[in-house]
Amino acid sequence: MTDTSNLVLEVKNLKTVFFTNSGLFKAVDDVSFTVSRGETLAIVGESGCGKSVTALSLMRLVPDPPGRIVGGSVTLEGSDLLALNEAGMRKIRGNRISMIFQEPMTSLNPVMRIGDQIVEAVRLHRNVSSKEAQTIAVEMLRLVRIPEPVRRAREYPHQLSGGMRQRAMIAMALACRPALLIADEPTTALDVTIQAQILALILDLQKELGTGLVLITHDLGVVAQTAQRVIVMYAGRKVEEASVEALFAAPKHPYTRGLMASIPAVPASGVAAQERLNEIPGTVPSLVRLPPGCAFAPRCKLAIKRCEAEYPPLADWGGGHLAACWRAAEVAEVA
Amino acid sequence: MFAYLVRRLFLMLVTLFGISVVIFFLLRIVPGNIVDILFAAAGYVDPADKANLEKELGIDQPLVVQYLHWIGGFLRGDFGYSYVSEKPALQEILPRIPITARLAGLALLFSASIGIPLGVISAVKQGTRLDYTLRVVSLSGLSLPSFWLGLLILTASVAMFGQIPIFNPNPATWLEAFATYAVPAAAVGFRSAALTMRITRSSMLEVLRQDYIRTARAKGASDAAVNYRHALKNAILPVITVIGIEAAFLIGGLIVTETVFNIPGVARFLVEAIRWRDYPIVQNLVMLIAVVVVSANFIVDMLYAVFDPRIRYTD
Repeated sequence: MTDTSNLVLEVKNLKTVFFTNSGLFKAVDDVSFTVSRGETLAIVGESGCGKSVTALSLMRLVPDPPGRIVGGSVTLEGSDLLALNEAGMRKIRGNRISMIFQEPMTSLNPVMRIGDQIVEAVRLHRNVSSKEAQTIAVEMLRLVRIPEPVRRAREYPHQLSGGMRQRAMIAMALACRPALLIADEPTTALDVTIQAQILALILDLQKELGTGLVLITHDLGVVAQTAQRVIVMYAGRKVEEASVEALFAAPKHPYTRGLMASIPAVPASGVAAQERLNEIPGTVPSLVRLPPGCAFAPRCKLAIKRCEAEYPPLADWGGGHLAACWRAAEVAEVA
Repeated sequence: MFAYLVRRLFLMLVTLFGISVVIFFLLRIVPGNIVDILFAAAGYVDPADKANLEKELGIDQPLVVQYLHWIGGFLRGDFGYSYVSEKPALQEILPRIPITARLAGLALLFSASIGIPLGVISAVKQGTRLDYTLRVVSLSGLSLPSFWLGLLILTASVAMFGQIPIFNPNPATWLEAFATYAVPAAAVGFRSAALTMRITRSSMLEVLRQDYIRTARAKGASDAAVNYRHALKNAILPVITVIGIEAAFLIGGLIVTETVFNIPGVARFLVEAIRWRDYPIVQNLVMLIAVVVVSANFIVDMLYAVFDPRIRYTD
């Protein structure tokens, strides 16, 4: 399915756990995926499904304590990040692998000038003078289409709008031309009109720089517009993986189908609006006390005895379409 | 900015006026004046002599007249004459100021240069044995009165070196000067350092949870860069506030410390003057201290704008 020579990131059997007062829980449980150069992989799921922890695990920024990566491997451009020491990992962060966060309002240091924050990222990884780094910072701000980049570089975050701050974050993340960019809900906190601009910007820059992109979102609409491949996560596990086309054409997991059904449809003119949105009944189970079988079974209309007893393995349904469901074959027919 | 400054300076003047009234009348409420004290010591009282002396010193006049006389002189820089030494009050006060200023400055320097780094370390190592140790030490710093700590230091130096540190009024070298002031400054500064440490710690813990700290780590910044360049700069405002307030509290600590260590500074002089009801000395000295404290507060407010670009004083 993917050309391995072009592989930027390969995650195998990643396991991240949290030690809490109420017990140990597996935030990321046995998750594997790959990202190729220039490819966009979307990770989709509800709040608390482990998508953000997956992203932080790739950066090795899971707060420890209480979290810890306990298994698997994360191979970026051929080197295993989990085997590196902290100093080695610092050389990778912000350099070969970068991250954009959800909250542009709080993700920039309020007492540092925008330009200086980008300069810092550049000088940590490039052997350039402060003046050259300044030039690079202004160029990056121009690249993310911030008007008057020279003036903006001298301003503080509070002088910029949310959209502008997210652009500045993107400029900072891409300043060292990383091989992989992780965008954790980059548009969730923004106005709808700005969301589309920021997404378009990320995709343009990705194409221009050939960066691999891991896009974390709960918005299937965003997935359809941007990604080539999708991973659906539920309760810390990967429950489905497919190309965007295959996933939207024929989802194999009832959870994925539920997510798609809960997207509100705009009624055609003249047609009465649907009164109530479709929702998936119930809530995500407590990760501390997961059932032995499929974690989604208690909320699943198709659940059978086996679902509650045994966890379904990821099965290949052809063309790299993986799904972890005992009744995957019936999902398409039922709904 | 200019309008803000003008308003702020006006408020400072109002504050100082209020303080002057309080000082003046509090001093008059305290029973007895210098004449009572002198005559009580002499053991016999001739009411006529007493009235003469009171008239000579001007303390027989109505309080309002006395107040206006004093504050008018203060504004012109005429501090009057000490009742005790009969020398100009200014001449008595001025030479003692540098001694106390050095002590106070050194104590504040200790409190900032020890309290802030230890606070950062304690926050970064939260929950470790080092953190607990530092917190216990700082708690003891807050609980020990500085005069008692001073006495402990003196007792300990007698026990260990057989002598107590003696104040050296004319230190020859910079090092000698430091040695003269360091011990009493440490005794006063311990409390401030402990307070500074605790405020730095809690402020740092708050900041270390923020999203931009994660961003800094995601850039590949080292722990030191994250803790000092990113976190401390955001955590420093409450610390500055506390150090500003401590600058005022320090005067109180110095009064007893100067007495304990036998240092001829302003603070000990003030206590002596109060005992003799030496109005010109007490009033003017307390007024000067008030000016320093009010100015320190003003400087702290200005520093806010320096450290946090979001704070701009506009109207």
